[in-house]
Amino acid sequence: MFSRPLFLASLRQAARPVARQAVLRPAPFLTAFQQRLLSDHTKQAIEKAVSSAPVVLFMKGTPETPQCGFSRASIQILSLQGVNPTKFAAFNVLEDDELRSGIKEFSDWPTIPQLYLDKEFVGGCDILVSMHQDGSLAKMLEEKGVLTPLGDSAAE
Amino acid sequence: MASETPMEDAIRTKVTEALSPSRLEIFNDSHKHAHHKPMQGSRSGETHFRVVITSEAFRSKMQPARHRLVYGLLRDEMAADGGIHALQLRTITPEEEERQKVKDEAEKA
Repeated sequence: MFSRPLFLASLRQAARPVARQAVLRPAPFLTAFQQRLLSDHTKQAIEKAVSSAPVVLFMKGTPETPQCGFSRASIQILSLQGVNPTKFAAFNVLEDDELRSGIKEFSDWPTIPQLYLDKEFVGGCDILVSMHQDGSLAKMLEEKGVLTPLGDSAAE
Repeated sequence: MASETPMEDAIRTKVTEALSPSRLEIFNDSHKHAHHKPMQGSRSGETHFRVVITSEAFRSKMQPARHRLVYGLLRDEMAADGGIHALQLRTITPEEEERQKVKDEAEKA
């Protein structure tokens, strides 16, 4: 189906056993107009990316070397929250123009970074920061079971 | 006379018209980002903004919906070549602003 390896170069940590079938249905917030602009190929590739892990961040640069302060802040927050690396995938939009423009339409969100949790759009950097501060991000990540389990010694 | 700050003016006008904010603060942070690679060649000086909006229009909307509302107002400015590159948003309702104030004061005390 994917004749060329779109996104593969930018996919990190995504070689995970998440081979479950992605449900291919348009996100409810996409308007008919936007769906028409986004090619089926791009849309399917993005849907695949969004489904590649429970926690997915579209960012500029890589988690190790972010190329933008907002992407860096988002990575720092996810790491502070203790997101389990095996449940996380990051896509570098700078490596793929189709992804870079496609994700903006797909999410109806004009800026990068963008966070998805269980295939649902959560928000950009400002939303992450405010959710981090008010505790709602910790609650959400906990509920979704995507945090690194605490070792016995670290347990309360 | 052409404005020195067309982007800031556009933000102010559009947000004011659409959202009747009780508070609107626009910070131009472009100088902090002038060294960024994507900013090379940009001379607009109006690329990075931080905007604080308090408005009733945000009531009963989740944060992503609030941000989308503002992004929608500024679609042209964000899409334009050399336009707004980054837009930090703080979007709250008057009630939330009040609650935050009480909390801040409690923390200070």
